[in-house]
Amino acid sequence: MRKTRQEILATLPSFGWLGVFVLLPTLLVLAIAFRSTDPAGGIGPEWTLSQFVIFGSRSILVLLWRTLWISALTTLLCVVLALPVAWCIARTRKEWRPRLLLLVIVPFWTNFLIRVFAWNQILHSEGMLAGLFRTLGLLGRNDSLLFNPGAVVVVSVYTFMPFAILPLYAAAEKFDFGLLDAARDLGASAFRAFWSVFLPGIRKGITTAVAIVFVPMLGSYVVPDLVGGTDGQMIGNKIAQRNFADRNLPSASAMSAILTLAVLTPLLLRRRETREKP
Amino acid sequence: MKPSRLPWITTLLVLAFFYLPIGALILNSFNASRFGTTWQGFTWKWYARLAEREDLWLALMNSLQVAAFASIGAMILGTCAAFALHRHRSRLQTAHELLVTMPLVIPEILMGMSLLLLFVSLGVKLSLFTVTIAHITFCVSYVTLVVQARLQDFDFQIVDAARDLGATRSQAFFKVVLPLLAPGILAGGLLAFTLSVDDFVVTFFVKGPGADTLPVVIYSMIKKSREFPVINALSTLLLAITFLAVWGSQRLTAEKH
Repeated sequence: MRKTRQEILATLPSFGWLGVFVLLPTLLVLAIAFRSTDPAGGIGPEWTLSQFVIFGSRSILVLLWRTLWISALTTLLCVVLALPVAWCIARTRKEWRPRLLLLVIVPFWTNFLIRVFAWNQILHSEGMLAGLFRTLGLLGRNDSLLFNPGAVVVVSVYTFMPFAILPLYAAAEKFDFGLLDAARDLGASAFRAFWSVFLPGIRKGITTAVAIVFVPMLGSYVVPDLVGGTDGQMIGNKIAQRNFADRNLPSASAMSAILTLAVLTPLLLRRRETREKP
Repeated sequence: MKPSRLPWITTLLVLAFFYLPIGALILNSFNASRFGTTWQGFTWKWYARLAEREDLWLALMNSLQVAAFASIGAMILGTCAAFALHRHRSRLQTAHELLVTMPLVIPEILMGMSLLLLFVSLGVKLSLFTVTIAHITFCVSYVTLVVQARLQDFDFQIVDAARDLGATRSQAFFKVVLPLLAPGILAGGLLAFTLSVDDFVVTFFVKGPGADTLPVVIYSMIKKSREFPVINALSTLLLAITFLAVWGSQRLTAEKH
């Protein structure tokens, strides 16, 4: 009996706090999504499905599709570029590894907004890169490197790559590189050894890296806002717009509800899966 | 077997990709040119312009205040959570763990949006107070993770030893367990502090008028004023402070060992 009391006392503070400020608000989003819009900008009194009508419109479908492909492409590029880095760090001498890891992390001690802003300047239409591309004939006189989906992908890869490198390195460090020599001795090409031995060997690291980049990308807001322009907006920008510009909280809730389900469903499913196979 | 050069070349390119934008930013903070297209001579004038911005200093103070309260709150709640999760196995703890994981996985915009709805529904006025509550909420999980990791190596037999020697339950906790765990809790608190100072999205959703933190002011500078060189100067300054802080804390921990 004493033990249960002790457990409840230790659990209560964090459980209560997170219950009130995480679980309750999430349920609130799901509930207010079915409320009507109050003309004064608040939450209306009636229950309605009208907030979801917008998901049939072409502009929202385009936005959802863009959110998906930008997130998927960013994740793919992050993992593909992070793999060789993780490989190299895992293959250097043990005493060098922390230093190399530090070298990867240091640029990310800067404030997130400032990292995005640094790119804002590089891709700026008056910037060096645009000038270089124009002289090479890769960029038209009136085209811009900034304010398009491509800029969103480049900057997102920049901000998310360390999160892909760390789990991949953690997996690669445990990988027995002798297996690659064995595969080569048995006649596998370097590529084949990499593809059929190394990648399956670090599968868990790859899954973590994909999840850690893809999930927050779906809710990306700052990067498309600052470098995306009108053609680079994602669902996060629409939520913010409904919220700050249109003052339409129920509509913002409906979109947040869809995003919440998109994020939480795979996580809960994966949890059940890992629990079932011990 | 000939080792492939491809991974090494990619790694070098990735590192260049990481460092060049920040290097350009630092360089441009000393560039007299307004757009940073060409080098037009060395100048301190952007830093002088920066010193005149009182709103920035006010925002910095707001940020530090919120971060201080948020990290203290998160340290208390996170340590409790870590203890409960480490010491007990039950249905309650399974639910507890799920609740602790949630802030780590839901995108920031959802956290901001849902907390905003909560405050609006309860009729709470948005202010630095609501910002602090939001920051505690996303910091708790990180502190829990850090303290939980420390508890894995913690030998609970010394608690029994203390009890055998006549210490009461609370004496054993406050005089034995807590001092031994203090470095872990502080490390969690430090992480919470940096996360709080760095946060923009959640803050932007739950902040009240006039309650701007530093990232919020930086955002509106980027978005509206187009004072690029001044932001460069600010970024360089923040970068220097971060480096000094990390270098200092590493020297402190290095001397102890």
